[in-house]
Amino acid sequence: MEGSGPTIAFWVLAIITLGAAGGVVASRNLMHAVLMLVLCFLGVSGFFLLLSADFLAMAQVIIYVGAISVLMLFAIMLTPAVERDNGETRMIAPALLLSLALATVFIFVAVDTNWSTVTTDPGLTATDLGNALLTTWVLPFEIASVLLTAAMVGAIMLARTEQEEAEDELS
Amino acid sequence: MTVDLEQFLIVGALLFCLGLFVALSKRNAIGVLMGVELMLNGVNLTLVAFARFSESDAPVAGHVFVAFVLTVAAAEAAVALALVIAIYRFRETIDIDKLNLLRS
Repeated sequence: MEGSGPTIAFWVLAIITLGAAGGVVASRNLMHAVLMLVLCFLGVSGFFLLLSADFLAMAQVIIYVGAISVLMLFAIMLTPAVERDNGETRMIAPALLLSLALATVFIFVAVDTNWSTVTTDPGLTATDLGNALLTTWVLPFEIASVLLTAAMVGAIMLARTEQEEAEDELS
Repeated sequence: MTVDLEQFLIVGALLFCLGLFVALSKRNAIGVLMGVELMLNGVNLTLVAFARFSESDAPVAGHVFVAFVLTVAAAEAAVALALVIAIYRFRETIDIDKLNLLRS
């Protein structure tokens, strides 16, 4: 990716995204952690735009920023304030060690490998993605829709109370 | 000044590892879920970067895979948060250190 525009955009997005991810780690209050997570998701959608994945950037904003974070806020609100602490378990030292080791390996592989890259943008648009989804990948596409339906029914079944179940059986 | 595949891969790897740390170390079940979402985002970023930069016959496959990851992440978040609420209703806590019913 040539030129100073994409380079500046990349570094600004990298600082926002990784800084917000660090905020999720550091913030003590779960509410603040969710707000940091939203900022991180927005940064990733900016990366998608930078990589000219327009549809995925919009889907990222709608699904992650719009749906998943609101769902998380609801779950936090439905559990009382004492549960809003975002502290660590006793496993903090092994978790830190494992994450650092994995980060070292990943970065070494990313830098050391001689990737066969192209300099020109393949220019993928939402049209290409739609064509691919409804021709080559039509079976996984249908399976994903069944999965979404099953997950929705499962979530409703899990979250309702015994009282509501009893009322349903009576009617 | 250029930005290449390596830089995007490093940001994706760091995002994944921060998410892994959050998922392994947080005491709150919703915090663990946030870590999983961060990990998925790191992987998505890596896949889109490969779709943009790597030499391939069908670069759109990377985008298709990211679309499926987004779908599964939405389903996973809905079920996991419903589980959190159901667990809270029965056990009055979502502290994963206290959810050790299966330990004899």
